[in-house]
Amino acid sequence: MIKVQNLVKIFGTKRAVDGVSFEVERGEVLGFLGPNGAGKSTSMRMITGFIPPTEGSVTVGGFNMVEKPISAKRLIGYLPENAPAYTDMTVSGFLNFSAELRGLRGDARKKAVARVIEMCFLESVQHQSVETLSKGYRHRTCFAQSIIHDPDVLVLDEPTDGLDPNQKHEIRNLIRRMGEKKAIIFSTHILEEVDAVCSRAIIIDRGRIVANGTPSELRQKSEWAGAVTLRVIGVNGGAVSQKLSQLSTVKRATILKEDATGVTARVFPKENVNGALAHSIADAAHGWRIEELHTEEGRLDDVFRAITMPDTAEEKN
Amino acid sequence: MNAFANIKTITKRELVAYFASPLAYVILVIFLLLCSGFTFFVQSGAGTYFGRGDASLTTFFMWHPWFYLFLVPAVGMRLWAEERRVGTFELLMTMPITAWQAIVGKFLASWIFLGLALLLTVPLWITTNYLGNPDNGVIFAAYLGSWLMAGSYLAISCIMSAITRSQVVSFILALVACLVLIFCGFPPVIDFLSQGFLGSFASHPWFVNAVASMSVMTHFEGFQKGVLDSRDLIYFLSVIVFSLFTTSVILRGHRAG
Repeated sequence: MIKVQNLVKIFGTKRAVDGVSFEVERGEVLGFLGPNGAGKSTSMRMITGFIPPTEGSVTVGGFNMVEKPISAKRLIGYLPENAPAYTDMTVSGFLNFSAELRGLRGDARKKAVARVIEMCFLESVQHQSVETLSKGYRHRTCFAQSIIHDPDVLVLDEPTDGLDPNQKHEIRNLIRRMGEKKAIIFSTHILEEVDAVCSRAIIIDRGRIVANGTPSELRQKSEWAGAVTLRVIGVNGGAVSQKLSQLSTVKRATILKEDATGVTARVFPKENVNGALAHSIADAAHGWRIEELHTEEGRLDDVFRAITMPDTAEEKN
Repeated sequence: MNAFANIKTITKRELVAYFASPLAYVILVIFLLLCSGFTFFVQSGAGTYFGRGDASLTTFFMWHPWFYLFLVPAVGMRLWAEERRVGTFELLMTMPITAWQAIVGKFLASWIFLGLALLLTVPLWITTNYLGNPDNGVIFAAYLGSWLMAGSYLAISCIMSAITRSQVVSFILALVACLVLIFCGFPPVIDFLSQGFLGSFASHPWFVNAVASMSVMTHFEGFQKGVLDSRDLIYFLSVIVFSLFTTSVILRGHRAG
């Protein structure tokens, strides 16, 4: 549905977006990650046709955004950063206005407005002026605007920013449910969200894509991925690390915590061990009282930091 | 068909937005107070409404270029400045409409609002008919001219509103730009150009004429006399079209970054 090819945006001398390419198909939810100022919002603005790309092309549903902007925009629902809405209108007035611009008239419009008011839990504020809404409600109002025409493509710039945990949960569920039938791109810097919602994630840093894969693929890149955490009772740390380092599968074992009751250790596997580590530890641990033994999946925030930190360090130098 | 529907939707929203804020009522009340005050009580070159001794609205229309100088920038200042400040500009420009439809829709809404302000002065017209026998054709032409002049000021205010995110800056810039349009036809300025230290222009009357013909004053004069000159019509309409075009160029510039 969305095809982005070699997208470049230059502001003055700064390459805000530098050769970004990817595709999103129907039924996919793509998470767009990156540190602040990485080019997420700029990319999304180009995808939705708000700003023209310096180079490259965006195609939505077969329509080129520069050549056929109206046809392409018709397919997109967009929630801009900070969820802007006309403050001088009521919630339902604003939604009716959006529906009309989307070409919905008469009964179709009324139905669409009623549907999104229900979906986004806006019943209680629908006659209230946008100006008087709390941030969470305003956010949901703008979100409601983006799905009012039941678009095939949704582009959401930080859809859960500034919401409380309950509201975040609601919006995530909504995105996940809609992701079954639509192509969705959403940006965030909350990594747990990627796990909760995305079928695929892209990490972008300084205008370039630095990682692209499913959340579990990305986790594999963590140095922790495949490591085993072990807690045993009634042994001392020296004995544990000595025994573990003798195993053929172990590259390195570190003691994380040692106290009166027991020892917690993290064991890193050698290459090509592939999940056999926990077994070999369990076999070797005769006579130990094992309280905990599990293989780490790797954590996204470590991957995120590992990928995006070196560059920021460079910039400081 | 679609274009008209989109323009209508935007015009409707803007009109509703005007009346949702106190600004609209303040502007209407001030305009009406100014109109009645100046028409009846202020002594001018043309006398006062009652002192002139003929049934006409000359003393009403002659002040319009000056009233509009303050009121029209106030009507137009929020059009784009507010949109960009709040961020709804991004929302609007990613809707399936063209920038032109948005520009025309917003302009029309404000122009209709100004027309409404003008319409509220119709009791003056009725009063004049009650008191005497004015030439209603002249008055109608003057109303039309006044509305066109308001449209020109408004289109210039659109440009200034597109330039900045601040409504105050937009108001001041629009006021100055409209003042220039008034002054270039003002007799002292014309005299200054042809006789002052720039007196050399006296030998180039085309220049003096060119400056004078840029003025709203000279073009509004015809309408006040009841003369519907195509040149005056073309002048006002071309100021509007040119200004809206400039607005579109500026807005495109903001998007291109």
